[in-house]
Amino acid sequence: MLAAIGAKSIEELFADIAESTRLNRALDLPAPMSESELRRYIGSLAAGNWHVGDYTCFMGGGAYDHYIPAAIKHVFSRGEFYTAYTPYQPEVSQGTLQSIYEYQTMIAELTGMDVSNASMYDGATSTAEAIVLSVITNKRTHVVMSHGLHPDIRSVCGTYTHGQGVTIDEAPVTAEGTTDLEKLAELVTDKTSCVIVGYPNFFGTIEQLAEIAKIAQAKGAIFVVHAHPIALGILKPPGELGAEIVVGEGQPLGVPLSFGGPYLGYFACLEKFQRRIAGRLSGMTTDTRGQRAFVLTLATREQHIRREKATSNICSNQALCALMACVYMSLMGKEGIREVANQCLQKAHYAQKQIAALPGFEPVFTGPFFNEFAFRTPKPPAMIQAALAERKILGALDVGRLYPEYQGVASFAVTEKRTKAEIDDLVAALEVVSK
Amino acid sequence: MGYPADFKYTKSHEYIKVEGNIGWVGLTNYAQDQLGDIVFVEMPEVGQEVTQGEPFGVVESVKAVSDCYCPISGKVVEINEKLNDEPGTINADPHGEGWFIKVEIADMGELDNLMDIKAYEKHAEEEAARGHN
Amino acid sequence: MKRLEPLIFELSSSGRTGYSLPALDVPETEQAALLPGVELRDKPAELPEVSEVDVIRHFTRLSQLNHGVDIDFYPLGSCTMKYNPKINEDMAGLDGFAHLHPYVPEEGAQGMLRLMYELQNQLCEIAGMDAFTLEPAAGAHGEFTGIALIRAYQASIGQGHRNVVIIPDSAHGTNPATASMYGCTTVEVKSDHRGGIDLEALRAALDDNVCALMLTNPNTLGLADENIHVIAKMVHDAGGLLYYDGANANGTLGWTRPGDMGFDVLHFNLHKTFATPHGGGGPGSGPVGVKKRLVPFLPVPTAEFDGKRYYLNYDRPQAIGKLKSFFGNVGTFIKAYTYILEMGAEGLKRATEDAVLNANYLMAELKKYYLLPYDRYCKHEFVLSGNWQKQRSGVRTLDISKRTLDFGMHPPTNYFPLIVDEAMMIEPTETESKETLDRYIAILKEIDREATEEPDKVKGAPHTTVVGRLDEIAANRKPNLRWRKEG
Repeated sequence: MLAAIGAKSIEELFADIAESTRLNRALDLPAPMSESELRRYIGSLAAGNWHVGDYTCFMGGGAYDHYIPAAIKHVFSRGEFYTAYTPYQPEVSQGTLQSIYEYQTMIAELTGMDVSNASMYDGATSTAEAIVLSVITNKRTHVVMSHGLHPDIRSVCGTYTHGQGVTIDEAPVTAEGTTDLEKLAELVTDKTSCVIVGYPNFFGTIEQLAEIAKIAQAKGAIFVVHAHPIALGILKPPGELGAEIVVGEGQPLGVPLSFGGPYLGYFACLEKFQRRIAGRLSGMTTDTRGQRAFVLTLATREQHIRREKATSNICSNQALCALMACVYMSLMGKEGIREVANQCLQKAHYAQKQIAALPGFEPVFTGPFFNEFAFRTPKPPAMIQAALAERKILGALDVGRLYPEYQGVASFAVTEKRTKAEIDDLVAALEVVSK
Repeated sequence: MGYPADFKYTKSHEYIKVEGNIGWVGLTNYAQDQLGDIVFVEMPEVGQEVTQGEPFGVVESVKAVSDCYCPISGKVVEINEKLNDEPGTINADPHGEGWFIKVEIADMGELDNLMDIKAYEKHAEEEAARGHN
Repeated sequence: MKRLEPLIFELSSSGRTGYSLPALDVPETEQAALLPGVELRDKPAELPEVSEVDVIRHFTRLSQLNHGVDIDFYPLGSCTMKYNPKINEDMAGLDGFAHLHPYVPEEGAQGMLRLMYELQNQLCEIAGMDAFTLEPAAGAHGEFTGIALIRAYQASIGQGHRNVVIIPDSAHGTNPATASMYGCTTVEVKSDHRGGIDLEALRAALDDNVCALMLTNPNTLGLADENIHVIAKMVHDAGGLLYYDGANANGTLGWTRPGDMGFDVLHFNLHKTFATPHGGGGPGSGPVGVKKRLVPFLPVPTAEFDGKRYYLNYDRPQAIGKLKSFFGNVGTFIKAYTYILEMGAEGLKRATEDAVLNANYLMAELKKYYLLPYDRYCKHEFVLSGNWQKQRSGVRTLDISKRTLDFGMHPPTNYFPLIVDEAMMIEPTETESKETLDRYIAILKEIDREATEEPDKVKGAPHTTVVGRLDEIAANRKPNLRWRKEG
């Protein structure tokens, strides 16, 4: 091959690397391992971790232990899906393009919106992108977010808007665990670009979306809702309650916990925004032979064409995770998503009631909740967490570490995966460790 | 397709056809040919002020986005709604049915800053000849 | 014979389900009673109603309509479509990683945190940097992080007014888009005839408003900039910082390090250089590395070791805000970690050399048939132009690419970088054999012949794929972005 190139050595091909910048030594990395050595070593790193296969998980806080149907892995493990690239050559990418189109449809249906994109990095960045889209649309530079949104969401929104001259105000949370509507109405002015709340929020409580929509609309602000996709199996979709943009974390839809990522930011909105929405879009069209087919659409929104005028710099999405969610929603279907949501609701309320009956455990919030709730605990949450872990239970998320004003508060999440026996064990364990 | 002799032209391939104190503004044939099939047009609102040399709208084809620069300063008095449903009109008839906006001209003197047909034809020819590497 | 697949909604049949849940075993209460004052759905979402076999068949058939690295050559320039070793997938799928809750007590995540800590250190060594954050989820996300870090640093030393980012005209679109997202304006400098940055143009652009220069090296032409050390000094002297876009790291990894070239901050694309799969468009991972002066600004948390245990450090008072929730695309970077351990230093360097060798081989052969605008040794990729074919018979790069599909291979990146007319950016990567490269050369030689003797065949391609060229004009004029139930 060197002969064909006309070079005498590989070194010649690197001659244009300035001498002063050359490494001239081997990289200081561990010696290479064979496959079996890798399995042994990396396996040992994995083996000691407290994962939800071994531990009963009652933790939430933005990542949930839902049941992942077996079929999902068999779909996304197909090399044709996971070793494919972005579908820029649609003639050989109909698999990816059609599954994205199906995913877009399902998300739009769940949220009550007109259109969804092909996914973004996670729920927090989707929320930030909603702000960016609002600001571009109405050219206002003030945002009001509920303090009840996960701190990571609020932090990411701050990072994304830092260089854009946007100010963000937070509306406080009441004893009910929902956004203080009076304070919210004071904060929202005709300079407010958008209003954002969770549904449910970090504490698990469900906001009065219709009331908040009125507050936003009164000042011409765009109403953005960050919604739990499984809760939408039971709750009225934000699209029917006045939301114009609905975003959220799609991890509960068949994406593994994976210590926090990769997850799935979904982004859905009304048709009027579709030409400025960020992220990829798969659209239906026909080919030269008259067949129905799918293609990346409205590419002129994206960075590779608009460059510095793009809404966002986003290039990669979370395609494989969107595929997982698409398969999940196909398997669960119309009926399944309702049943999962109902089981989450019933089991969470059952658990909450039992825990509330334990001495020393006081519910912190009084508002309606879906499947997550918080308690003031008789001992510090960290202690309870450790004691539960000894019994192979994960729970008592220390809320005070994320919300400094809520010291001594622990939160629990209950999904459809939990059985009555597991819940009863949790309650029994809490009773013991709190003495 | 030739260029109408009574139009005035910008370096960025927009034209203006003057009728009294109203200017009909659009993209020239050269522009539409460069862009390819137009899929979407973003236009200003009626009543909006426009400035000579400043962007007043955006055209999109499948693979490109282009700002449209206004040949004249003034106020937008009409926009061509047809372009919302049939943006391809710009390709089919750029100098006629494919007009974008009508502007009430603020200062007729600004027309002197624009090219006449001879200057524009030369300009378009030169741009066409100049390629990439 | 492949055929097109109906939509999953069209395969639905009322009442069919594809899931199994155990029966509810706690006492059931009416939903309205549990959720007082909350509005509930009155009609279900129109999700599919199919059985598991329907789902598996549907998605299996869909997958068969895709091309992937697991099927054949995929020489997309700047994407580094190298083979994804399967052991990487297995490691990321281990229960102790895949089913680990992000808020598990740290005692229960020691192996995970150790992996993150070790990966941070490995990337520092590879990059020549002092610290890494694993949080960004993709390259563009990393770019945004990098600019945010630079601006935070400059603000801290009273240079916060700097808001101009310089990029070369060959830059990837994410670079100017990133700068805009951070409220910066971009100034483009042109490339010279050798394909590197024109130093005079750069000198003219440098002033005390410049925040940073964003550079890919080798650049999108596949060419290493011979003046990088000069460029670094020029930018630093003007008070700016240097950002390295790591998209092309596969061209020089092991031979030189961005930190040694003078860069202050960089991102790597783990889904490119470090063999994690592309997934049909994601998830990726774009860790960002920095030199010492930028370390205090890294987002929280970073993985650290105190001599006894691994932990997440949230005590970073100068940290910029978070870029995403939790800690990054963990499942993705486990694959990169596995890759680094299986390759070792020698393997990584050898991979770079093979990538460069493969690219130069292709370039030497293909320049006989296609115009090569920059005739000098390339690194891992190079750019051809379809101009000879266009002049001869009107056959364009688009047509050549579509015809390539008929031969079962994926075409290269088209019409990028913007500074080359009818561009074809070709990156073979190191995981292709000479036999595959020779097959590709033969295909392109054949298409060149067809372009002269049977141009209509090329212009009408593809002929043998399951769909022909798509009507993108209609798709963009009246976008149809979702299915809706009739009636």
